[in-house]
Amino acid sequence: MPLWLIVLIKSAILLFIVVTSFAYAMLAERKVMGWMQLRPGPNRVGPWGLMQPAADAAKLILKEDLAPRTADPLLYRLAPFVSLLTAFSVYAIIPFDVTSAGTWSIGNVNAGVLFLLAITSLGVYGISLGGWASGSKFPLLGSVRSTAQMISYELGMGLALAGVLLVAGTTSLDGIVSAQRDLWFFIPQFVAFVVYVVTAIAETNRVPFDLVEAETELVAGFHTEYSGLRFGLFFIAEYVNMLTVSCIASLLFFGGWNAPFGWTWLPGIVWFLLKVAAFMFFYIWLRATLPRFRYDRLMAFGWKVLLPIATLNVVVTAVVIALKG
Amino acid sequence: MSAIFWVPAIVLVASAVWTVTASKPVYSVVALLLNFVALAVLFLTLSAEFLAMIQLIVYSGAILVLFLFVIALLSSGVAPLSLGPNRLPRIVAPAAICVAVALGLVLAGVATSHGIPAPPRAAYANAGSAGMPGVFGSVGDFGKALFTTYLLPFEVTALILMVAVIGTIVLAGDETPYVASRRRAEQNRKAMREAIAREGD
Amino acid sequence: MAMHKRLYNVGAILKGLSITLRFMFARKPTVQYPSVRKQHAPRFHGLHELRRYDDGKERCIGCELCSSACPANAITVIGAENAPGDRKSPGERYAARYEIDELRCIFCGMCEEACPTDAIVLTPRFEMSDFRRGSFIYAKDRLLVPADGGVGTPPDERPGGIPADLGGVAGKKSTLDVGSGYDATYNGSLLKTQRKGLTG
Ligand code: SF4
Ligand code: SF4
Repeated sequence: MPLWLIVLIKSAILLFIVVTSFAYAMLAERKVMGWMQLRPGPNRVGPWGLMQPAADAAKLILKEDLAPRTADPLLYRLAPFVSLLTAFSVYAIIPFDVTSAGTWSIGNVNAGVLFLLAITSLGVYGISLGGWASGSKFPLLGSVRSTAQMISYELGMGLALAGVLLVAGTTSLDGIVSAQRDLWFFIPQFVAFVVYVVTAIAETNRVPFDLVEAETELVAGFHTEYSGLRFGLFFIAEYVNMLTVSCIASLLFFGGWNAPFGWTWLPGIVWFLLKVAAFMFFYIWLRATLPRFRYDRLMAFGWKVLLPIATLNVVVTAVVIALKG
Repeated sequence: MSAIFWVPAIVLVASAVWTVTASKPVYSVVALLLNFVALAVLFLTLSAEFLAMIQLIVYSGAILVLFLFVIALLSSGVAPLSLGPNRLPRIVAPAAICVAVALGLVLAGVATSHGIPAPPRAAYANAGSAGMPGVFGSVGDFGKALFTTYLLPFEVTALILMVAVIGTIVLAGDETPYVASRRRAEQNRKAMREAIAREGD
Repeated sequence: MAMHKRLYNVGAILKGLSITLRFMFARKPTVQYPSVRKQHAPRFHGLHELRRYDDGKERCIGCELCSSACPANAITVIGAENAPGDRKSPGERYAARYEIDELRCIFCGMCEEACPTDAIVLTPRFEMSDFRRGSFIYAKDRLLVPADGGVGTPPDERPGGIPADLGGVAGKKSTLDVGSGYDATYNGSLLKTQRKGLTG
């Protein structure tokens, strides 16, 4: 088979998996949040509400796609696709398992972690352009906030990942995972792990850092004006980003497809997906627990707490590695 | 030269033109973003993996976002900028043409000269995929070169950027209005307390 | 700084997380409403009903006391003299038109208290959603217990909880088969209710 055909087939399979897991991540979120708030969660469509995502999708597709008269015609329509594109293209390089047949990923980039950072850093454009192009004040405020928030926390995230790169000695994702065969990196790089988890929540605009949406003050933030399918695209992008940061967390800190305690009776990909699911659960759990940050505290936390900690972590890690030889 | 060069190259030039001709500033930012991405793709075709990623992370992901931040705040209406008087002095036009010609000549010279060695294509063609350690353009090589051969320029650049940051702080002032007003309020309160103490209730 | 002290309060965050986790496995008080129905309090205030006497005559004598007692101005009564050959009620007068705007009603039960003949009572029925505002103006055709529907039960005589038939009216007429001829009355009465509301 020609290379492009293989890549195409792999992409189609992965796209299907990611979209399905998005749909059920959303359902899981509503269910788990419901349970934590002493409700049963959606349970009307299909058994245990399992068809709820399909119903949601149908609703979003059938809804009217409105654009305010003051909106910028081109960018308003483009922005959701920017979000979606950046959210999905990360999966081009995420490896799921390594077997004798090779790495289970679409493409294997050696500068994998850098590619991840590069693509996720482009994700902010969807939000900021969408907010600006809506031509009304709440989306604009939401998008300006998101821009400031995302570039602030990106620094901390990059530095947290730098610690891992130093320990692993490589930037390729499967290299990092195979470097964790004996010891998962969340132990030697615990500080980086904590910083990463916090910044990842901020990067995906989730509670308690969801100031981008902040219903209480900004109506719905950057997607106030969006409706129907275009809103759905932003929605998908948010959940896919959640999945992405969960994947990165389990690849970089929790040994990816390495089985814990040598329990290899489950295939590596199952372990990997279990870890990702655990992180997703943690996200939902946080959302059901914590209130939203105030904006100035968010910024102060990012710049005055997380960034120095992450920098210190990189310096200490580098010194230790240099001393070890 | 194949499509992998020509497509990004054409996008690169077209988006550069769009950047300077767009009537809405936000469109300029979008065009510039396209430009940066196309440039990153071109870096990739030169197997400069690290440079391509840094191009995206630093320029598109950080610097251009700041541009967008400021522009979106300042031009929150979506009306295109009205054309003001052209503030460029006439004399600049010939100068610009001269610079363009000079740049063109430099490019032509580079393209035709044999002084600059071609990228060691053979080396990485044998060593497997691009970007492996020891291969041209890889992260490791880039870092080594940056911190050994080019350490001085690197540190000097860092220093220059630092100067810019310090300059900004000096220009903007390190006291927020809030702090200043609080200090004033504190002074007023102190003066009042002293006055009361002097008067003896 | 105070702010940092609060930010670093990881203990509080962990406590919060433990609470939500505990709640996740706790028993849910939710009642799966349409399929499972909760027992109401016996004197639950729901949709109104106009009762009859045992002989089938209407209890309402068109005295408009309920209408003046209503704090929400929801009731419109237009009384008329009973025709000698065809008596609607045992009294001199009866309600020629009796309308309650259930969207204005606050289900306080004052009408019930005011009525001298125990004609208007509040049943425990509460499911009266509809897509049209107009259909919330309940006229006699939906308020009055049907002639073959018994007399209706005032709350004091209910054995407890929802009666098995959900009240006499419910068994006969659903809110959806409002029927034709209804809209003609509601336009006029809506205007009247509003005028009344304005002039006090
Ligand atoms: S229940 Fe109260 S508000 Fe409703 S009609 Fe009777 S008196 Fe009026
Ligand atoms: S329902 Fe009772 S209070 Fe109201 S008009 Fe009839 S008899 Fe009078």
